[in-house]
Amino acid sequence: MQTKRTTFSGYWLPYALLAPQVIITLIFFIWPAGQALYQSVLRQDIFGLRVTFVGLDNFRRLMEDPLYLNSMQMTLVFAVGTTVLSMALALLFAVMVNNMIRSRDSYSTLLVWPYAVAPAIAGVLWWFIFNPSIGILPYMLDMVGYDWNHRRSGTDAMILVIIAAAWKQISYNFIFFLAGLQSVPQSLIEAAAIDGASRAKRFWTIVFPLLSPITFFLLVVNIVYAMFDTFGIIHATTEGGPAQATNILVYKVYRDGFVGLNLGSSAAQSVILMTIVIALTVIQFRYIERRVNY
Amino acid sequence: MVENRPLGNLLSHVVLIFGVALVVFPIYVAIIASPHPPGTFLRGVMPLLPGPNALENYRTAWTEGRSRAGTPPISLMLTNSLIMALAITIGKLAISIISAFAIVYFRFPFRIFFFWIIFLTLMLPVEVRIVPTFQVVADLGMLNSYAGLSIPLIASATATFLVRQFFMTVPEELMEAARVDGAGPMKFFRDILLPLSITNIAALFVIMFIYGWNQYLWPLLITTDPEYYTIVMGIQRMVTGGDSEPLWHLVMATVVMAALPPVLVILFMQRLFVKGLTETEK
Repeated sequence: MQTKRTTFSGYWLPYALLAPQVIITLIFFIWPAGQALYQSVLRQDIFGLRVTFVGLDNFRRLMEDPLYLNSMQMTLVFAVGTTVLSMALALLFAVMVNNMIRSRDSYSTLLVWPYAVAPAIAGVLWWFIFNPSIGILPYMLDMVGYDWNHRRSGTDAMILVIIAAAWKQISYNFIFFLAGLQSVPQSLIEAAAIDGASRAKRFWTIVFPLLSPITFFLLVVNIVYAMFDTFGIIHATTEGGPAQATNILVYKVYRDGFVGLNLGSSAAQSVILMTIVIALTVIQFRYIERRVNY
Repeated sequence: MVENRPLGNLLSHVVLIFGVALVVFPIYVAIIASPHPPGTFLRGVMPLLPGPNALENYRTAWTEGRSRAGTPPISLMLTNSLIMALAITIGKLAISIISAFAIVYFRFPFRIFFFWIIFLTLMLPVEVRIVPTFQVVADLGMLNSYAGLSIPLIASATATFLVRQFFMTVPEELMEAARVDGAGPMKFFRDILLPLSITNIAALFVIMFIYGWNQYLWPLLITTDPEYYTIVMGIQRMVTGGDSEPLWHLVMATVVMAALPPVLVILFMQRLFVKGLTETEK
């Protein structure tokens, strides 16, 4: 790792400057992560009196637990649904905004602000809109003969949380897609237009391939968002229900740890989640090194 | 713009207006619902035009909240949110700037090792290690305090990286000139480096403030005393607390006030915000 060509000298000063961040990291990040690893191989009896070493038994049990496997499956559906929905809409809007000349800034402003809305608040808003008795959308769905009820139907509940999560994420994706579109060289598009390529053809053969690094980056970021940052949406609305239909992995760690008080299992789930985050981070960083190829 | 196609442009406008409507709709609904009397939500479908009770509802929410269900008034929760968000933001910036300074401008044993310790935090979001982090904070006696709300969240790899990235682009000559003139490291840091990085710091400030304001899980865990509730988590208490249907008009008034500060920050500092966002993630 590089530094400056010339550096200051000092024996204790650099350590003193690093100390606050390193101390906080050790106390609140590294130590708890170590604790999670340690607890994941232990099991406590229900009164917390006896702790036994059980090796990888907690993990084995999780892998055999139908509730956990269900939760994994739900997380997958949720992450894919949220990512696809928010990225597709954001790309559509970004392409349209990029076509505009005078109104570009006003449309951008109107589209970026939901970034500031907390996931929990986004959840409550859509929960209100979809409220089976007074919500406006169930009322409209009722007119076309669909009986919306996210308190009974797992599918409805899943659709509700996907919409809430995707709604909040559109603005983030939009900002990145727009930045990407603005860096596509105009000369390429003009050359293709002179050769007679239509708008759609120009988009799919020139613009979209040039956007692929950003698309890939957003893909990873959105999956991370859907898996870990959406706790608020689930907790403030469906609370994992009905019948486990929206019990995604982060929510389950919390529930098993704080409500179920099953510390060994919760720790093992934490370890699995950390592995997933680390894998996603590594993928993201490897890609960043390669993206200069374009 | 390569060619002028009136029909295509019209289509773009239609799509965008639909998009803006989709994005604005939930907040519109909240603003519309908040000034209605409570009775509106007991019968029929929710209204699409504002009701007459704006002043009254907001005053109730502001001064009383839903005290019987255990949520404090909004004024208190907003103050708590503001304290937490500012503490997290300023704390993050302060420790990130000095540690990036140490990493870039010094050469010392275990530099790479410390860099990796900081880097690891990127991979360990609170959500994945909730129980052990809670235990640590409980052992330190930091439950129900502003320190507990903010300090565990102020270590940040992203801020350190961005600041480091910026420091790497500062011309070497500046530092060499400063050294020739006899400036020590802290003098250089204060008088040259900080003034140069003020725009980047402001951009980071916007992003971090929104991050801090929108914290949900952490305040939910470590505050049991309503004195320390923040507004984003307080809303959840308002929705689920009590055993009747939520008092939607108060909930929506709270939602509007909880979303307002960060949205205003984004609207007024849009340029800084976009800069901060696209650069932190690079």
